[in-house]
Amino acid sequence: MAAINRDDVAHLARLAHIEMSAEELDRMAGELAVIVDAVKSVSEAAGDGVPATSHPIPLSNVFREDEVGHTFTAEQALSGAPDSDADRFKVPAILDED
Amino acid sequence: MSDATLSFEEAMEKYDPVLGFEVHVELNTKTKMFSSAPNVFGDEPNTNVNEVDLGMPGVLPVVNKTAVESSIKIGLALNCKIAESCRFARKNYFYPDTPKNFQTSQYDEPIAYDGYLDIELEDGTVFRVEIERAHMEEDAGKLTHLGGSAGRIQGAEYSLVDYNRAGVPLVEIVTKPIEGAGSRAPELAKAYVAAVREIVKNLGVSDAKMERGNVRCDANVSLRPHGRERFGIRSETKNVNSLRAVEHAVRYEIQRHAAVLDSGEPVIQETRHWHEDTRTTTSGRAKSDADDYRYFPEPDLVPVVPSREWVEEIRATLPEPPAERRKRLKQDWGYSDLEFRDVVNAGVLDEIEETIIAGATASVARKWWMGEIVGRAKNADVDPGQLGVTPATIVELSKMVEAGKINNKMASAVLDGVLAGEGTPAEVVEKRGLAVVSDDGPLLEAIDAALAAQPDVAEKIRGGKVQAIGAIVGGVMKATRGQADAGRVRELILEKLGVTA
Repeated sequence: MAAINRDDVAHLARLAHIEMSAEELDRMAGELAVIVDAVKSVSEAAGDGVPATSHPIPLSNVFREDEVGHTFTAEQALSGAPDSDADRFKVPAILDED
Repeated sequence: MSDATLSFEEAMEKYDPVLGFEVHVELNTKTKMFSSAPNVFGDEPNTNVNEVDLGMPGVLPVVNKTAVESSIKIGLALNCKIAESCRFARKNYFYPDTPKNFQTSQYDEPIAYDGYLDIELEDGTVFRVEIERAHMEEDAGKLTHLGGSAGRIQGAEYSLVDYNRAGVPLVEIVTKPIEGAGSRAPELAKAYVAAVREIVKNLGVSDAKMERGNVRCDANVSLRPHGRERFGIRSETKNVNSLRAVEHAVRYEIQRHAAVLDSGEPVIQETRHWHEDTRTTTSGRAKSDADDYRYFPEPDLVPVVPSREWVEEIRATLPEPPAERRKRLKQDWGYSDLEFRDVVNAGVLDEIEETIIAGATASVARKWWMGEIVGRAKNADVDPGQLGVTPATIVELSKMVEAGKINNKMASAVLDGVLAGEGTPAEVVEKRGLAVVSDDGPLLEAIDAALAAQPDVAEKIRGGKVQAIGAIVGGVMKATRGQADAGRVRELILEKLGVTA
């Protein structure tokens, strides 16, 4: 079994700001362990000659020229916001300031 | 609550400081790092944004080629190696300054690494600072905390967010631990940040205005007892955004750490907030599991693979490094160490260079900028270069002085006239009637009068006591209200009296 336990899931849930019940934690710990195991089988398939990759397509240097494109108006930018004030997004005060 | 501190001297007696810096440089590209929205400071809120900057579902980032080029330039200027291949990563955290809930940054594969910068302190001592890495990332939006005590997050009821800055290209430059600076640590801190700012400005890749946040510094400080190799626990003072503040913040943290260690308590690894008004720091927050950023490779971006040809092309376009340029100019101009340092500290290096290019000698250029212009700029509370004196004006003025049309005192008055908008130096001389009296007629009359007024002096000169001539010259200068060329007056007097000097 993969090394992912209930505490790991609880930690991840806290980091991801997801509230999970005890029941859900138990279930997810089991499911995630299976998933991690499945992904692990890739390392068996890849031999030493296969470099690790983070992207499935063998592309590099996909760049954009530094030319100004379209922008939103403040009104458009804020159109989906739950709340706004003075052309800015209004959010609850967040105390754990970095 | 203010923290206990030791005097800096006592702290230095007992402990050895180790520094580290993270300097964020905002690039001055036209557009953002991953979107084509404009990178412009000071516009109306949320107008320089599009769907990528707002982190809308399904959008894809595309890397700005110029930002990559600028990053390579910075890496090269910091004597770094440029990665053969590098990639972006997601730094995951929840805070409203980033609408995506992650910052796109570089983690295990920075574009530049293993560099160094030789920092020259004020007395000429050179100190090498090793650069760990310089990596590409994006800036966050700007929060304004409202309600409660204004501007402070503590007690704020809500925050307003402007995403114009979100996605602006940043290069973060990280040093290796800096050891051995001793009591010069605060000075070195300031000089290092100044050098980085100067370099990115000289490269033309950033506006480099610290007051606008184009260059921002996080300063790490730790102390260890003398002779111990292992580092102490560090604090990280965030957003120290002026050169003076960098120096003060490092000094303060050294004094605070020393007091903590003296009391037998451990230093807490935490972020500190710098307060310019009191020149102190206060506790931010301690490292916690919220600092688990769960970095992983950004799946929406492909690797950046700078070919060696591209890197060399870029290297070939780099301007002369500021420190080397200073060395060259000092030698070319023949200034003494002190003269040159004064020129650098007065911030008129560029101006003097331009003035020399325009045709003045090095000593004339220095005399004008240091003797006349720097003082006027100080009185007007502007930078000398912004006073409105052009190299052409100085060249014209110095030519007039050399030709004997005006003397030094008049030249200073002519400069005032030019700055007051009265026209070119020639026009000011004309309008103010400042020209030295060069027609010998009026001079001879004045000389006759002066000799007649002081017959005894005239006799002395005739008798060979040429040094007595000053009294006659003075009389003539007085009679012509300073508008005569003293050298010419002297010649005419001697001629008149038939004396050869």
